[in-house]
Amino acid sequence: MAAEMTIDVTKTFSGRAPIQARLRYAVEASTVLILFGPSGSGKTTILRSIAGLEWPEDGRIQFLSRTWLDTRSGIRVSPQDRLIGYMPQDYALFPTYSVAGNIGYGLGALASHDRNKRITEVVELFQLQGLEAAKPRELSGGQQQRVALARAVAPRPQLLLLDEPLSALDAPTRLQLRGELRILLKQLALPSIIVTHDWTEALTLGDVMAVMDEGQVHQVGKPQEVFSRPANAEVAQIVGIETVVQGQVVANDNGLATVLVNGTTLKGLGTDVSGSAVYVCIRAEDVLLEQAGSGVISARNHLSGCVTDMLPQGVLVTVTVDCGFPLRAVITRGAREELGLETGSVVVAAIKAGAVHLVPRSG
Amino acid sequence: MNWMAIWVTFKLASLTSGVLLVVGLPIAYWLTFSKWRWKFIVESVVALPLVLPPTVLGFYILVAIGPHSPVGRFYSDVVGHPLPFTFEGLLLASILYSLPFAVQPFAAAFDQVDRRLIEASWTLGASKVKTFFKLIVPLSAAGLVTGAVLSFAHTLGEFGVVLMVGGNIEGQTRTVSIDIYDEVQALNYAGAAKTALLLLAVSYGVLLLVYATNRKVWTVWPQK
Repeated sequence: MAAEMTIDVTKTFSGRAPIQARLRYAVEASTVLILFGPSGSGKTTILRSIAGLEWPEDGRIQFLSRTWLDTRSGIRVSPQDRLIGYMPQDYALFPTYSVAGNIGYGLGALASHDRNKRITEVVELFQLQGLEAAKPRELSGGQQQRVALARAVAPRPQLLLLDEPLSALDAPTRLQLRGELRILLKQLALPSIIVTHDWTEALTLGDVMAVMDEGQVHQVGKPQEVFSRPANAEVAQIVGIETVVQGQVVANDNGLATVLVNGTTLKGLGTDVSGSAVYVCIRAEDVLLEQAGSGVISARNHLSGCVTDMLPQGVLVTVTVDCGFPLRAVITRGAREELGLETGSVVVAAIKAGAVHLVPRSG
Repeated sequence: MNWMAIWVTFKLASLTSGVLLVVGLPIAYWLTFSKWRWKFIVESVVALPLVLPPTVLGFYILVAIGPHSPVGRFYSDVVGHPLPFTFEGLLLASILYSLPFAVQPFAAAFDQVDRRLIEASWTLGASKVKTFFKLIVPLSAAGLVTGAVLSFAHTLGEFGVVLMVGGNIEGQTRTVSIDIYDEVQALNYAGAAKTALLLLAVSYGVLLLVYATNRKVWTVWPQK
């Protein structure tokens, strides 16, 4: 049996688009699947169906060799028997239990000695030492998030399900925990599924990404591929980042980072990155095209390249320029005519440093 | 003061709220968490003693447990004496009469428990029964105290049902409220006043306890 996860479910709601999601991907020891989509796209419902907290009317959910749901043969495995770790969006920490009590809650099957040992182990892993006796309401948002994750991980689940794990945090904490979460997920060597609508999280945390909209899965692939090669206009609209390429930060001067992408040098905002391996992300509407040899402007990046493709979409044209990497720009038809752009034309693409987003990736 | 009547009353009230704690919890759990569309029918039945005159309730209980009903016949066949006009019969009637006073606070407390906490408990491998005792009961503690105390207090003061089902048998079914009535009938106002004052003090004390503990119900964390 191939190590994969298969989801093929239908669930209808009154007054909302039905969910008809089909998804299949290969699962390895630490594969992180990102369920990506705008709010109301059905990604949380899919996650809850995988957890066994939501029952689709029709369909099948299979994880590795185990069938969790098969409406045709009447298989309905309860959430208790799925051996999953689930972290809801608001963490749902038990208010009557301490930090240690929350973490130990799922360890009821262990003898008390083994249980305490496991609690200590997990407390250390999540750096919660000294907080064992605290009640959830005494903790900061970041601490609550770590306790919720620790509680989900403590019983050694087979699959970890995280619903918007970082959305309840303030921006600086989110950035810090995003990095920690990535390291942790690799360390745990545990397949996980993460629901998010944040594309930086999708890129940083995901190995596979499924883009959902209106209850349907539109595309499944490596995050970078999904961003740079969206399967259709809906996906392009949802992900909203047309250029995603791998780069190396070679210098970081007060937050203005110099990035090398396949031989081309770019300036971008590097305040969010620490390591050198990054994804360079640029929105097509942030790219200006000018004729080669024109005057000096304020944009930090001037990349000359060859037009390799032009895709008209209404009054706009998406132009792909090869400047060492494929860069997408969106311009109007009028601008295209004035610039006299054809496939093979040489143009200069100008991008402000602030429009070059750098997202950390595993080296 | 009629100490025998006081003893019977407290025994009746304690047993009633004790039994209701056992019987009322599953009923309240079912009323809170069932998705059955007709559950309002059961809800209404549970609430019926709130609006029904005690004499009507007492009359039907009397008929239901009397020697002409299968239940009554079965009981007297097994135990050897009929159920009406005994302490056991009175206990059964009190349990039915105080049912909403226990079940409604229980159900209200269960309803306050965030469903996401319950779901989190399930995903951590805790069965529904385990989740109930490890999570739902501690979170609804104030509501459980309220239900137990209210059904206790309500049983202390019951009159009509006792008269219908229990009669007025010294040491068996003569409760404080009946005793007060008898004292007044006999124009012994001093005796009635003492017993009445005791009942007033106990009832007030019990309600103080309910309202003091209930302050906590509304600060359940996390907020919905």
